[in-house]
Amino acid sequence: MQPEKQEKSLVRQVLQAILDATLVPFLAIFTAVLIGGLIIKIVGGDPFVAYKALLQGAFGSKKALSETAIWATPYIFAGLAVALAFRGGLFNIGAEGQLAFGAVFSALIGYALPGWLGFDLPFYIHLPLTILAGALAGGTWAAIVGALKAYTGGHEVINTIMMNYIALNMTSFLVGGIMKDKNPLNVISRTPLIAESARIAPIFDGLRIHWGFVLALVMAFAVWWLLNKTTLGFEIRTVGLNPDAAKYAGINVKRIIIITMLFSGILAGLAGSVEVTGLNYRHELGFSSGYGYDAIAIALLGKSHPLGVVLASFLFAAMRNGATRMQFMTQLPVDLISMIQALILLFVAADAIVRYIYRIKVKGERVVLTRGWGG
Amino acid sequence: MTENNIVLEAKGITKQFPGVLASDNVNFDLRKGEIHALLGENGAGKSTLMNLIYGLHNPDKGEIFVNGKAVVIHSPKDSIALGIGMVHQHFMLIPVFDVAENVMLGDETTKRGSLDHKFVADRIKEISAQYGLDVDPNALVGSLPVGIQQRVEIVKTLYRNAEIVILDEPTAVLTPQEAEDLFRIMRDLTARGVSIIFITHKLKEVLAVADRITVMRAGRVINTVTPAETDSAQLANMMVGRQVILTVDKQDHKAENEILKVEGLTVRDQRDLETVHNVSFTVRAGEVLGIAGVQGNGQTELSEALTGLRFPTGGKVTIAGRDLTSKSPRIITQAGLAHIPEDRQRHGLVLSYSIADNMALCDYYYPPFSQRGVMQPKALDENARKLISEYDVRTPSPFVNAGKLSGGNQQKVIVARELSRENVKLVIANQPTRGLDVGSIEYIHSEIIKMRDRGIAVLLISAELDEIMALSDRIAVMYRGNIVTIIETKKTSREQLGLWMAGAHVEHA
Amino acid sequence: MDWKRFGFIALIITILFGAVVLVGQSQQRPLLIITSMLATTIAVATPLTLGALAGVYCERSGVVNIGIEGMMLSAAFFGWFTGMYLSNVYHWTLMPSILTGTVVAILTGALMGLLLAWLSVTFKVDQIIGGTVINILAVGLTGFLNRQLFFGKTSLFGGTVPSSPGVFSAIHLPITEIFAPLCKGGNICLENINAINRVFDQKPIAWAAIILVFVSHYVLFHTRWGLRTRAVGEHPRAADTVGINVEGMRYANVIIGGMMAGLAGAYFTIESIPSFEPLMTNGRGFISLAAMIFGNWTPIGAWAAALVFGSSQALQINMQLYRDAIPPEWSFLQQSYVVGLTPYILTMLILTGIIGKTTPPAADGVPYEK
Repeated sequence: MQPEKQEKSLVRQVLQAILDATLVPFLAIFTAVLIGGLIIKIVGGDPFVAYKALLQGAFGSKKALSETAIWATPYIFAGLAVALAFRGGLFNIGAEGQLAFGAVFSALIGYALPGWLGFDLPFYIHLPLTILAGALAGGTWAAIVGALKAYTGGHEVINTIMMNYIALNMTSFLVGGIMKDKNPLNVISRTPLIAESARIAPIFDGLRIHWGFVLALVMAFAVWWLLNKTTLGFEIRTVGLNPDAAKYAGINVKRIIIITMLFSGILAGLAGSVEVTGLNYRHELGFSSGYGYDAIAIALLGKSHPLGVVLASFLFAAMRNGATRMQFMTQLPVDLISMIQALILLFVAADAIVRYIYRIKVKGERVVLTRGWGG
Repeated sequence: MTENNIVLEAKGITKQFPGVLASDNVNFDLRKGEIHALLGENGAGKSTLMNLIYGLHNPDKGEIFVNGKAVVIHSPKDSIALGIGMVHQHFMLIPVFDVAENVMLGDETTKRGSLDHKFVADRIKEISAQYGLDVDPNALVGSLPVGIQQRVEIVKTLYRNAEIVILDEPTAVLTPQEAEDLFRIMRDLTARGVSIIFITHKLKEVLAVADRITVMRAGRVINTVTPAETDSAQLANMMVGRQVILTVDKQDHKAENEILKVEGLTVRDQRDLETVHNVSFTVRAGEVLGIAGVQGNGQTELSEALTGLRFPTGGKVTIAGRDLTSKSPRIITQAGLAHIPEDRQRHGLVLSYSIADNMALCDYYYPPFSQRGVMQPKALDENARKLISEYDVRTPSPFVNAGKLSGGNQQKVIVARELSRENVKLVIANQPTRGLDVGSIEYIHSEIIKMRDRGIAVLLISAELDEIMALSDRIAVMYRGNIVTIIETKKTSREQLGLWMAGAHVEHA
Repeated sequence: MDWKRFGFIALIITILFGAVVLVGQSQQRPLLIITSMLATTIAVATPLTLGALAGVYCERSGVVNIGIEGMMLSAAFFGWFTGMYLSNVYHWTLMPSILTGTVVAILTGALMGLLLAWLSVTFKVDQIIGGTVINILAVGLTGFLNRQLFFGKTSLFGGTVPSSPGVFSAIHLPITEIFAPLCKGGNICLENINAINRVFDQKPIAWAAIILVFVSHYVLFHTRWGLRTRAVGEHPRAADTVGINVEGMRYANVIIGGMMAGLAGAYFTIESIPSFEPLMTNGRGFISLAAMIFGNWTPIGAWAAALVFGSSQALQINMQLYRDAIPPEWSFLQQSYVVGLTPYILTMLILTGIIGKTTPPAADGVPYEK
């Protein structure tokens, strides 16, 4: 090994920056996992056995890896949705409702469009239409909240939550009623299967991982590019950091709020859409085990940076996926993972706690993500 | 004077804030019944010293003695108990509470668990009568004029039996006549044995009212003198550390065609109260029109309506012949407006953006900064480097966040961005030097005059009468949302303007 | 509270009641429909009233509390669990076990309040995120414990959920007994008096909520505590300069708010139904916040707004009773999914400010930095 040369100061600066950005999230995860282990111990389990099972379940085989990626896919989309809104100064708690809407509309176009047209479509037309329908449904659902915020000052936090309940009721109404699978053997609220031409193909034979995962990664890059390289991204970030200055600078703040919510909703809608077109091939009530809420933790853990969101999504996906094996091996309930995830969120949101425990000094300014009821 | 006349003494007070030594081994004493002025520039450490004495901050080193006894002041609770009261520069009043509630807060009187409003109101009336501080205990504080609010603050300290009263920049919000009134009250108080620390940066006031003057600079005490043994020039020298030119050099102006024309403008604030009533004036190319007035007389809403940040409810705004009433800030900027906003951190900058981004904050969307919807970092960088050297912004690089700069350099970033734009026809500068050091003030004043001499119209809004008089060719006085009069600077005086600012009727000669 | 706002509240409640009367009149006398609607409204408004009071205390002191939902949920779980455990393991009788359960629920709320205060006052975490942390933590915690305690390896009752001892019963006011003689044996008259009596036969937490509304009004606007609380929420620095402990006041008020939310949680599992289900609070915490905003951050206003939401829920419940009487062209109203949207849509409508602007405390949501 050659000793490092001093000219590498730029590399060291970059490494230092990466370390600064990742140290606190890493310690937050570490602390949460530690406390999780303590809880396992308290309820009479063996933390090492449990975590080993968790890791095996998440990464132990090709199939495990594929399943982890499948879990990560909706997380990436939904996490990007929340992160993008954060960057624009908006708190989108409504990803859950937006992705449910996206899923319903994708399912509808997926199973019903050929029937409406009276002929089959090739997949290169039907599939994009199906995904687009879901994306736009989610986008519209969120843009309504954006418009309410822009024009009436109605706070997006409560409005997105209300829209979640409305979406839940409406999708229940649709999927349990006019969109219900008419198969006489079916008793649950679910739509018929979507047409073959509306399905995303698996990447490998024999594994469930599909091209939707790749689409998620592409979207992460697209969001990064949008925020950091484009004029629109500059406007979104300016509105997010200082809406008064944005107005002064001639930015149409109302328009940017609506656009930010629209894009955020589109990403959330894609989360639902890709679950339908790539994995389940239908929409079924309760398919989302709280992706929209986990997405908040993911966006915070990833510091609202697209790369951070991708990494955080993998972490959450691995935990969710590995939890099944953990439950099988140790009889610890899957819900334990929710606890650990909540703790991660706690420590990430309140990074001051982590800094206090590990005596880390604050670098840079406090980032304001949301503001009170000011509207 | 003997030792036991000293009611308050601070010895070797040192306080370090992140990056600034705000108070550096400061010694200060206050004698019974005197007005002791604490003079210094913004950021000299006057307020910090007083906040340390009042217990809002705790010193790193040093001792405080009250009436000869060493005391430790952890919080305002302790200082109030020691008979110290403070009237802060930004009033510590709650607008939605009435006067009595504000006065009793923290020292409430209750009767069977309920607040005893009547008891407090009677005490206030008593104090009012005793010191000639007329206030109505039942008035809602938010609806009172600032002069009266200041009296409420003084009553608040007297209600707590304060014997030492600290007044932090009390004249900043007053007209010259209201300030005179305050000085009378201050003398009344000292005649009754109250001792006063009077913090200010205005030389004339210090010479008029103080018994002793302590000058501070950069966290240190420079000297303590009496008015008899000094003069303005010497005090200014001590404050700034070098010779100060107290006037702005400027040629006679040659007024040209009208650039800004305001006709019958009416504006409401966010509480939907009409704060600008039917205002009309014009600004011509090559002149500075100053708008004088005490803060809160509609200047903020007027400038917001002219710059597109707020839509007027009536009237017409024309810039260079184009009707720009109720147009967006972008359209007005494109028509030739350069706007130095009142609150530079709220409106003028995005503090967590780099200087380079901030220098293109209003121009980011067109070439060369943006091409086909994509930002061009190279163009931003080149623009920033050019402006940093042209406008003397002190920064290690264009990538430094604007939030890391001093107030003076932040303002220079804004001035550079706004004044360097190619098509500028009109400059609206609202409180352009508020809170800045003398060096930055001189620089910004010279830039404003430079713009005027280039034949650009300038509308200057300022609460500092000296600034208005030094820069303006004509002066409009604003009072309660009306323009009382517009007059050539040469044809008026400080005293006359002060009367108008206080609402005196204009005699038409 | 302005009269315009109260008038608007009265109008919405009248419309909602009117709708049910219109549908149900063919099957039931209007007076009986109205009294039954009223009784339901007051009962279901209970958690909303308490939740809104929780919000009022927190936000009047300057802390935005979006975690009311999570506070309610965790209090509902621990309150229910305590009562159930005491009665099944120690064979306590009904009242002692559910009363202890109620106390535990209130303490759970207080603890959650302490957590929120710790995050937002001490660590100055963005308050909306702090509240979201509490909501997610509550879902995770109650979900995990509910599964672990009853179905896990260490399950307490051999893999089953034993039944809870029950819920509070209504406090009977002797209105019928007093006024019945006036009827002189008239059957319809007796029925009417009985129906009116049922409006007032509310359960203890419902009564407590109403009493707390007026107590809170007095505390906030007529006591030293209230003056200081409001000062801290309007202008913390001003409060600091007169020697008020800003952080202490905020801690105390957020904990008091947590206790209110805790009592609201007890409503779900100790007063309404004797069991716990994951996510059972179903957005009531958020609707409480809307009620608080609609009520302009005042206890009485918040109560009035909570009654609006309560009546929209009563509408849903009563529509089901008369669903056969709904005319066929309005058949979609038979769907509880559709009628169930009313409170949510109402919330969004109210937040648009069409009923008039509301003003939050000036320092609401802003951490105090010395």
